[in-house]
Amino acid sequence: MPKPLNHLSARFHVNGGHTLKVYKECHGYEGAQKAMAMQPDAVIEEVKASNLRGLGGAGFPTGVKWSFVPKTTSVPKYLVINADEGEPGTFKDKYILERDPHALIEGMIIAAFAIQAHKAYIYIRGEYVQPMKRVRAAVEEAYANGLIGEKTLGQDFKLDIVVHPGAGAYICGEETALLSSLEGGKGQPKLKPPFPAIKGLFDCPTVVNNVETIACLPLIFRNGAKWFADLGSEKNGGTHLFCLSGHVERPGVYELPMGTPLRELIYEHGGGVRGGRDLKAVIPGGISAKILNADEIDVNLDYDQIRAAGTMLGSGGVIVMDETTDMVRALWVASRFFHHESCGQCSPCREGTGWIHRVIDRMARGMGRIGDLDLLLDVSSNMEGRTICVFADAAAWPVQSYIEKFRAEFEEHIRSGRSIIASESKGCLTPEHAVIPAQAGIHLND
Amino acid sequence: MSTDLIQLNIDGKHVEVPKGTTVIQAAHKAGSEVPFYCYHPGLSIAGNCRICLVEIEGVPKLQIACNTPATDGMVVYTQNAKVRKARQDVLEFLLVNHPLDCPVCDQAGECWLQDYYMQHGQYQARMDENKVKKTKKATHIGKEVMLDQERCILCSRCVRFCDEITGTGELGIFNRGDHSEINVYPGKLLESGYSGNVVDICPVGALTDKDFRFQTRVWYLASTDSVCPGCSRGCNIQVHTKKDVDRHAFKAQGRRVIRLKPRTNPLVNRWWICDEGRYGYRFVDEGRLSALKQGTWAENLQQLAERIKEVKNKGSIVGLLSPGQTNENLFAMKKLFEGASAKTLCVSHTAAGEGDNLLKTPDKNPNRAGAEALGLTVIATNQLQGALCNRDIELLWVCGQDIARILGEELFSELRKRMRWMVYQGSNQNVTSAAADQVLPSTVYVENQGSFTNVDGRVQRLWQALRPLGEARPDWHTAADLAARLELKGFEWQSEEMIFENLAEKVPFFSGMSYEALGTGGLLGKTAALSS
Repeated sequence: MPKPLNHLSARFHVNGGHTLKVYKECHGYEGAQKAMAMQPDAVIEEVKASNLRGLGGAGFPTGVKWSFVPKTTSVPKYLVINADEGEPGTFKDKYILERDPHALIEGMIIAAFAIQAHKAYIYIRGEYVQPMKRVRAAVEEAYANGLIGEKTLGQDFKLDIVVHPGAGAYICGEETALLSSLEGGKGQPKLKPPFPAIKGLFDCPTVVNNVETIACLPLIFRNGAKWFADLGSEKNGGTHLFCLSGHVERPGVYELPMGTPLRELIYEHGGGVRGGRDLKAVIPGGISAKILNADEIDVNLDYDQIRAAGTMLGSGGVIVMDETTDMVRALWVASRFFHHESCGQCSPCREGTGWIHRVIDRMARGMGRIGDLDLLLDVSSNMEGRTICVFADAAAWPVQSYIEKFRAEFEEHIRSGRSIIASESKGCLTPEHAVIPAQAGIHLND
Repeated sequence: MSTDLIQLNIDGKHVEVPKGTTVIQAAHKAGSEVPFYCYHPGLSIAGNCRICLVEIEGVPKLQIACNTPATDGMVVYTQNAKVRKARQDVLEFLLVNHPLDCPVCDQAGECWLQDYYMQHGQYQARMDENKVKKTKKATHIGKEVMLDQERCILCSRCVRFCDEITGTGELGIFNRGDHSEINVYPGKLLESGYSGNVVDICPVGALTDKDFRFQTRVWYLASTDSVCPGCSRGCNIQVHTKKDVDRHAFKAQGRRVIRLKPRTNPLVNRWWICDEGRYGYRFVDEGRLSALKQGTWAENLQQLAERIKEVKNKGSIVGLLSPGQTNENLFAMKKLFEGASAKTLCVSHTAAGEGDNLLKTPDKNPNRAGAEALGLTVIATNQLQGALCNRDIELLWVCGQDIARILGEELFSELRKRMRWMVYQGSNQNVTSAAADQVLPSTVYVENQGSFTNVDGRVQRLWQALRPLGEARPDWHTAADLAARLELKGFEWQSEEMIFENLAEKVPFFSGMSYEALGTGGLLGKTAALSS
C-alpha cells in the first residue's frame, strides 16, 4: 500500500508541533526568508510555477489570483485567510490551525510579501475553539520573536496579523461573505465583479486564500516550485489533505498527492468499507459535490480529472456510504443543512432551499408523491447558476445527483410510504444521525 | 462615434449608450422591458431579486442585467424563451412564501408581484407545502410607516435607502434563509423625516403608508404632476386625487387629495420627497374658503373696484403678496396693484424652518425666487410690523397671508381698527380672513395651472389636479376681472399659459421660456443659468 505523504502533515503528530520551537527545528520560516529575498513579482511567478491551486474548494491557480492585485494603489492591500472550515465532511484545516499554526503564519508572510499587503486577517470558524487558541498563541509567539510586526523576519516589511472569529454561518466560508462578515456586516456574498483582488475588504484590493493553500507556501519556497509541482498531477501541484469519513474502516485526514485514485483512498488508505460491506456511493468533495455511485469511483482526485467525471474535488471531503445507507435520509440531511444555511439574500436560493427541504421532509415522513422527484429536479435546476454565489448550486447538486443515481430507491420509498421520521420513536437513527458525520472529528489515523 | 459611447445590440435593436451604462439601463433605452425588484437607479446595486436575468451572447450563464456593464459589441437577449423561463422561475420562488392576500393588501393595484406575475408568470402553481409564517403582521415601525413582514420579498431597497440616502440605518434584514425578515433595529424607529420614501420604493405591500392605507383603492385615483409647495426646493411630485369625487365621497373622509408621491427629477429631488412635504397636503381640503362672504363675484369685484377708485390716488392702498403664490398669480396681482397705485409688499408667509443636507430648505416659501425675479423684495415675517404699522392704510389687500398670526392678534386688532377696508384673498380660513370685510376665495396649488421658481432658480410647472373648490378662483383670474372694472390695460389673458408668455416677454429672468419648453423637468431662469 502506498504510504500517505508527510509534507503538510509533518508536525500533525509531533509533540509541541504547534510551537515555534518545534517549527523552527523543522526549518521553519526558512521558506519565508527565501521568498523575502526575492522580488514580490518573482514570488508570484514561483507560486505560479508550482501549480498550487486554491485548496478551499475552488481550485483556482493561486499565483494567478495574486497577480490580479494591482501593483500600485493608493489604498491598503489585504491578505485574508479563510479558516471558516464549514463544509460538512471537511476537517483538514482544523489540523493545520491546531497542530501546525506556524506553517500558516509563515505562508502568510510569503503571500503578504508577494502582494505587498501589510495587514492580514485569519477569519476562523467560531466553533473551532481549540484551533483558535493555538493560532492566537502562535501569532503572539511570532510577534514576540520578531517574525511579524514592524520588521517582518528582520526585514523592512511590516506585517500585522489579526485573528478574527466567525459567528457560525456556513456561508461565511464563501470569500465575499467572509469579507462582509469581517467588515462587521451580515455574512452575505457580494456581487462579482468587482472581484476581491480589485475591491475586497473595506473596498481595498484583497486576496482571500484557504488555510491549506497558504500552508503549502513554506514547502514551495523551501523545496522549490518544481519539487512541489512534481508531487501532484498535471496543473495540480503538491499534495492535498483528503478528509475521509463515513462508512470506512479508517476515517481520517490523509495527505496524498493530487491525482490519487479515489479507489486507492477508500480501499487502501481508508481500509475499505466498514464491516466488509459493499460500497453504495461516495461524495468526493464535501456535501455540496455531486455524488458518485459505486461504479464511478475509478477517478483520480484532482480538480480537472474529477470535474471531467461530472463532480468536483471541492475541499477534499470524501464521504463514503455503504450499502445500508438510506439515500432518502441522506438527502434529507443535506437539504436540511442547505435550508438552514442559506443566507437568504437571493430569491431562488432563499425560497428554493426551503421548498426543496419541505418536499423532501414530506417524502421522508412517508407522504411523498411520485411527482415530487421531477418537481425537486426542476426546482433545483431553476436555482442553479442564478444567484450571487454558488451556494444555490451547492444545494441543487445533491438533489439532482441523488435522485438521478438512486431514483428507483426514491420511487420505492414514495410507493411504500415508509417514514424515516416515524422510526425515531422505535429507537432507530434520527436523520440527524444519518450517514454523514459532518465534523464529527473521527480520525483513526491520529 | 464619441469614444465615451458604446454600441450594443439588444433584442436585435442597435443601441448607443454612454460608457458605464448597465445592461438594464441600456435595455430600457432600447425599449426592451426587463423586470426588476431590487434594482433602483437611486440606490446601490444589490442584485438579489434575480428577476432581471438576461442572456448575453458568449456567456454561458444568464446574467443579471442590473449589475452587468454594457460593453461595446455586446449582444443581449431580454425576451427569448430561456430568459422568459428564468423570470417565471424567479416569480415562482418569490411566491413560495408570499401570502396571497391581494384582496386585503393595500398594495393591490400597484404591486409589482401582481404586475410581473401577469406579464411573465402565469404558471400552473406547484407549491403545495406550508408557507413560512413570519413573526408579526402589520407592525408600527415609525410615525408614518407600517410593516408587514410576510409580504416582504427582501429586495433590501428600504434598507439601502436608510443606509445610503438618509444615512440613518434604521432598517435591517434579520435571520437567514426563508426566515429572513426585515425590521427596524432594536430601539430604533423609522423617523428620519424621509420615511415615506421606503413605502414608495417597496415593490410589494410590505411597507405601507399609515396616512394612506385602507383609505381607497389605487384604481380610484388619478395622478397629476405638480411641485411641492412645502419649501423652496420645489420637489417634483404627483398629486393623487380621487377620480370620481362625488361617487366615492365616502372614501378617505371625503378628501379629494389622497396622497402625494415623489416624481423623479434628477436635477431637483431625484426620486425622493420629505415627510413634511408628503403629508403637508391636508390644507387642500380642510378649512377651505370656498364661498364669498356675501353676494356674487361680480358684485364683490364691482364693490372693490369702486373702493379702489375712491382711494386710488390717496396713496393708501397696500397690497400684500406672498412667495407662496405662483409666478403667474404674482405677476398678475403685482400688475394689478401697480395699476391701482397700491404700495405692493411681499412677505414670507412663514418664518424660516428647518433644512437639511438632503432636500429640505429652511425657506418654506415655494416661490421666493420667482417673486424676486418679478422684482418683488420678499421681506421676513418680523419686518411686516414695520412695513404696515407706520402707514395710513385705507385699503389693505392681503393675498394668502395670515397677518394676524404673523403680527400677533393684539397688534393685528389695532391695525385692523385703523384701516377702513380689508380684503382677504386666499384659500384657507384664518384669523385674518375672519376679520376681513371682503373675502375672495382663492384656489390652492393643486387647483391651479402655473409655475414656481425654486431655490436654484429652476422654473417648474404645476398642472391642475382638481377643479377649484366651490367659488374659489385663481388669483390671476380675480386680477384680470378687477382690472377690467378699473379699465386697466394688459390683462386680457385667457389662461395661465398666456400670462406666462407675457411674463417671459417682460421679465428677463423668464426670457425664452414657455410652458412647452418647461416640460416636466423645468428650466433654469436666466440669472441662475448665467451664475451656475
